[in-house]
Amino acid sequence: MDEITARQARFLKDHRRHHHLVTALRFLIFFLFLAAWEISTRVHLIDAFIFSSPSRILETVFTMGRDGSIFRHTGITLYETLVSFLLVILVSFLMATVLWFSSTASEVLEPCLVILNSLPKSALAPLLIVWLGANPGTIIVAGMSVAVFGSIISMYTAFRETDEEKIKLIRTLGGNRMHILCCVVFPSSIPSILSILKVNIGLCLVGVIIGEFLAAREGLGYLIIYASQIFKMNYLITSLIILCIIAFLLYQIIQKLEHYIRKARKI
Amino acid sequence: MSPLLEVSHVCYSYHTLSGETQALCDITFSVDEGEFLAIVGPSGCGKSTLLSLLSGLIEPEQGSVHIGRLPVSGHRAGIGYMLQKDHLFEWRTVYKNVILGLEIQKRLTKENLEHVEEMLKDYGLAAFKDSRPSELSGGMRQRAALIRTLALNPSLLLLDEPFSALDYQTRLNVCNDVCGIIKRENKTAILVTHDLSEAVSMADRILILSRRPAGIVKILPVHFKEKGLTPMERRQAPEFKDYFNEIWKELNAHG
Repeated sequence: MDEITARQARFLKDHRRHHHLVTALRFLIFFLFLAAWEISTRVHLIDAFIFSSPSRILETVFTMGRDGSIFRHTGITLYETLVSFLLVILVSFLMATVLWFSSTASEVLEPCLVILNSLPKSALAPLLIVWLGANPGTIIVAGMSVAVFGSIISMYTAFRETDEEKIKLIRTLGGNRMHILCCVVFPSSIPSILSILKVNIGLCLVGVIIGEFLAAREGLGYLIIYASQIFKMNYLITSLIILCIIAFLLYQIIQKLEHYIRKARKI
Repeated sequence: MSPLLEVSHVCYSYHTLSGETQALCDITFSVDEGEFLAIVGPSGCGKSTLLSLLSGLIEPEQGSVHIGRLPVSGHRAGIGYMLQKDHLFEWRTVYKNVILGLEIQKRLTKENLEHVEEMLKDYGLAAFKDSRPSELSGGMRQRAALIRTLALNPSLLLLDEPFSALDYQTRLNVCNDVCGIIKRENKTAILVTHDLSEAVSMADRILILSRRPAGIVKILPVHFKEKGLTPMERRQAPEFKDYFNEIWKELNAHG
């Protein structure tokens, strides 16, 4: 297997070339877009006051970096997202376990979960603010509310899809339901749990931003609303770009985690 | 000497909203210690239901199952059950899979673990202790599954079509291996199968079930002139096809 045939070498070369082409095109489009944006504001084709421009955004980033506000707002949003994400995972894991243990409980609660899951969660945010007050805790709960119901349902479904024969095996070895849960249900659900994590990190970010729109003095969601109200479009677009970066990085972290776990389990 | 397993007048039905299906009807038989009993019958006749009853996974609606004079429920430790597929867990090493039963029953004593080590060595799996199940061949996986069952040192071994998921060649070899292991460990075993030649090649007695609701058609003792034949050797013995034909006839008459 060490020797590579000429045809295989050619295939690999073509593959690499294609890969480089895609990367190069991505950067090209990105820079063309930035250039077009900058030039059209410079020649007053579009109004830089409304559309902002790459140079103004860069300037905003530097100003905000100098007084530290960019780190404060980004930090608080990141913190709220991560806390609500961890709580969502914890709560849905516990709930799914309870539902798995008691089929009566799952039958009773099913309609509630389905309704809460299909409810537009942004409608819940004003209620949460009245009940819990305008503080970071409320934002975290708002972040959770977007993800938690769907997460419970998918995790419970993953638990339920465990191979019946594998469960029978544990029973023939003399195991009780606790053994079934720990030896089969949890380990065989790990791939599904990982994809649930991937979906939920994004949903938590959505929920946190909705919460910050309505009741916050800090955070990127607050910054977006504040900037739009006083027409500071440079601030608004800068916040959006930071949000893009956060979303991308959070997703990458989960993906790395998934990769690591898969490798450790040799799946 | 009283028999190891006594099944008397067992009946079992499945209940669904659309009605009741009688699976087993008035089943009575017994198995002596060290004996190898095969159960054959038409597909879907309730063979697996019978094994679940014997193992105490489900309770009979009527009648009783006794092992060594004790009712079977709550006595599961004495029974080893081997399923159709090996169900080795990919997230555990071969060794961790094999000791799963001991782990669950909290019997990870030095003695038991030594027994496991010995079996792994005897049955050619010692080198694969720390491998993942996916690195084993079909036959090795089945042997690992058998060791997992035997690790609990059961007095009665239940085999639910344990070779049906294997290809034919592997199947004959594994059948030989498993039969040898069972004889060597001196276990009492009950094999459920739809493969008549498998039944004749392994069993001391063959129990023939009728179509659902399953009752006992006949219990046929199997005697080969030469003693101690392996399943492979039995397949070549002259009596083999006579037994095969007799069971075939009985099944067609009642199945």
